[in-house]
Amino acid sequence: MADRPLPPSETALNWLRSMTLIRRFEERAGEQYTRAKVGGFLHLAIGEEATIVGAVAALRPTDYMIATYRSHGQALARGSEPGRVMAELFGRVDGLCRGRGGSMHMFDLERRFMGGFGIVGGNLPLAAGFGLTSDYLGSDDATLCQFGDGASNQGTFGETLNLAALWSLPVVFMVTNNQFGMGTSLERHSAQTDLQRKGEGFGVPGLECDGMDVIDTWAVTTEALRIAREERQPVLVEALNYRFRGHSIADPEDYRTEEEVLEWSKRDPLVTFGDRLAAEGILSDEQREAIDLEAIATVDAAVAFADASPEPEPSSLYDDVYVLSDQVRGWYSADHRGAGLRKGEELS
Amino acid sequence: MAEMRYREALNQALAEELERDPNVYLMGQDISVFGGAFKVTEGLMDRFGEKRIRDTPISENTIVGIGVGSAMTGLRPVVELMTINFSLLALDQIINHAAHVRYMFGGQVSVPMVVRMPQGAGHQLGPTHSHSFEALYLHVPGLLVAVPSTAADAKGLLKTAIRDDNPVIFIEHETLYGQRGEVPDDPDFTVPFGLAAIRREGTDVTLIGISRMAQTAERAAEQLAAEHGIEAEVIDPRTLRPLDLDTILESVAKTNRCVIVEEGWPHGGVGANLAALIQEQGFDDLDAPVGRVTGVDAPMPYAKSLEQISFPHEQQVIEATLALFGDRKRASRG
Ligand SMILES: Cc1ncc(C[n+]2csc(CCOP(=O)(O)OP(=O)(O)O)c2C)c(N)n1
Ligand SMILES: [Mg+2]
Repeated sequence: MADRPLPPSETALNWLRSMTLIRRFEERAGEQYTRAKVGGFLHLAIGEEATIVGAVAALRPTDYMIATYRSHGQALARGSEPGRVMAELFGRVDGLCRGRGGSMHMFDLERRFMGGFGIVGGNLPLAAGFGLTSDYLGSDDATLCQFGDGASNQGTFGETLNLAALWSLPVVFMVTNNQFGMGTSLERHSAQTDLQRKGEGFGVPGLECDGMDVIDTWAVTTEALRIAREERQPVLVEALNYRFRGHSIADPEDYRTEEEVLEWSKRDPLVTFGDRLAAEGILSDEQREAIDLEAIATVDAAVAFADASPEPEPSSLYDDVYVLSDQVRGWYSADHRGAGLRKGEELS
Repeated sequence: MAEMRYREALNQALAEELERDPNVYLMGQDISVFGGAFKVTEGLMDRFGEKRIRDTPISENTIVGIGVGSAMTGLRPVVELMTINFSLLALDQIINHAAHVRYMFGGQVSVPMVVRMPQGAGHQLGPTHSHSFEALYLHVPGLLVAVPSTAADAKGLLKTAIRDDNPVIFIEHETLYGQRGEVPDDPDFTVPFGLAAIRREGTDVTLIGISRMAQTAERAAEQLAAEHGIEAEVIDPRTLRPLDLDTILESVAKTNRCVIVEEGWPHGGVGANLAALIQEQGFDDLDAPVGRVTGVDAPMPYAKSLEQISFPHEQQVIEATLALFGDRKRASRG
């Protein structure tokens, strides 16, 4: 943990701010769920902040980032406005996706956060597609694709790693090994538990990082992105971490013991990083508290923003099913005259 | 006009669009060196190179997904799946991703991608290789579905599909690749989406044929005229999404009878859908229930004797039509 040198202190403090924001945001999102402000599933990343922030910190602004249904944190780390992320959870018009995606489907094109995806393993081919675009257009953008240990068992994992290697695509595949796919532990779902080796057969080199350590995650991801970008080949990074909360909100967590959770919580990435910064004289107690209060205030404002944002108008229901043109005129391409059927959007 | 095969018309469309837009690229199994399982992409690799004519491994879901990702970020992929049967392995990327990313991300991205693939029975390939799935894709909001039945439409619709900003499921037909037809010479020739073709004018009954069945319906219409004095109007919708329901309803308003002919299964089929739309919106024009002629409700058998009675031929269309005129005796089940 203390092996790697600290980055410049302003960078280190920014990472701490970002991780703190994610922690406070996730806690508050969970709270809002219990108040029925948030519907559906809510997958929190509490415990996984270092993996998110360290990985995102290694990216250039023009690099593509793609993740899973557990990706409020990725959006925040990429710079999406917390109010808009919260508004998406609330299903409001000012949500990142105008209330169409919800918790599992965040997306912020401007920041090249190319989405949260609800289908386990469904995002890997898309990441290779982004990589193909970069390659095709001759740009040196790279792509970072995060997915879970459980997702490494999907067919798309093997298919995509093979293709990315075959086509020399600049993509870093990061398996965030939080030890479980829902309630199934790693040893019970993957024959190969050393996940960084799962790309070996395809010639995809593997690296491992301590996903509870933001510096290690940043350093390893930086190296992986360098290889992808400069050597034009995909890399598989395994980030070892742990989620402190249930898989989604309703999770009795019968599949693990309290002792295990307690043991991992000693490595809480937020606490250990803060402690280290304090020990190295970069972070005073007052500063530490100020960072926390700032995050709480940001989240307060995000909730207020989301609360004030209107619900989407029923008339917007069919918006963006299609890109409209004079040949593709509307929501229901069969006809718009059916009894009681809504006409939907008009060509503007 | 130039006479060419359906496959050549497709090849021309691809070549012209590759020429026109450097962001158009092709990917699929055996499409470059081999020239395509049905030789649609023959010669394109020599002309456009491996970067734009890309052979892929046999990984349907991932190939389509790479297409989606590249389309979301500015390219215009044309993905060839060897046949529609194998698109079942790519349903996740086609439905959960291609069709829905624009909507679920609030319109921030689009997926200008074409997935081309042939369908259809008749080559004795048995249950896994003879599917007709236009109804499956028609079902999905966010997709456009084209079903060209002539060489000219193959070319004109494919060019439109490549230029459109939506994901297009482009369904060719295995038994049409070798068929010849007249195709306009104009390099800017396209066929618009959502415009049905009236293949034959008539006043007594409207026959709607989907994909290859447009031709079956046309042949049935000639026989109906010659042998029964029934003048059928034959409509080929050409695209199922968007659908030119106006042309269909106008025809039914004139003929007061309608039979829909498709190769796929009856339950939840294109005909079921069209019949519902026609009775909802043209009920007063109908003098008889909307008739349907479909593939049989069974997997496709291998034996020639069984395969041939598993999808519609002119005879079934004629019988279903006559049944609408009260001649129910002659409408035995095929
Ligand atoms: C294709 C598919 N199958 C099943 C699910 C249900 N599901 C959602 S998350 C999940 C577990 C995934 O575990 P992992 O990949 O390790 O990611 P984690 O949730 O631990 O971040 C499952 C089974 C799904 N969303 N998609
Ligand atoms: Mg997991």
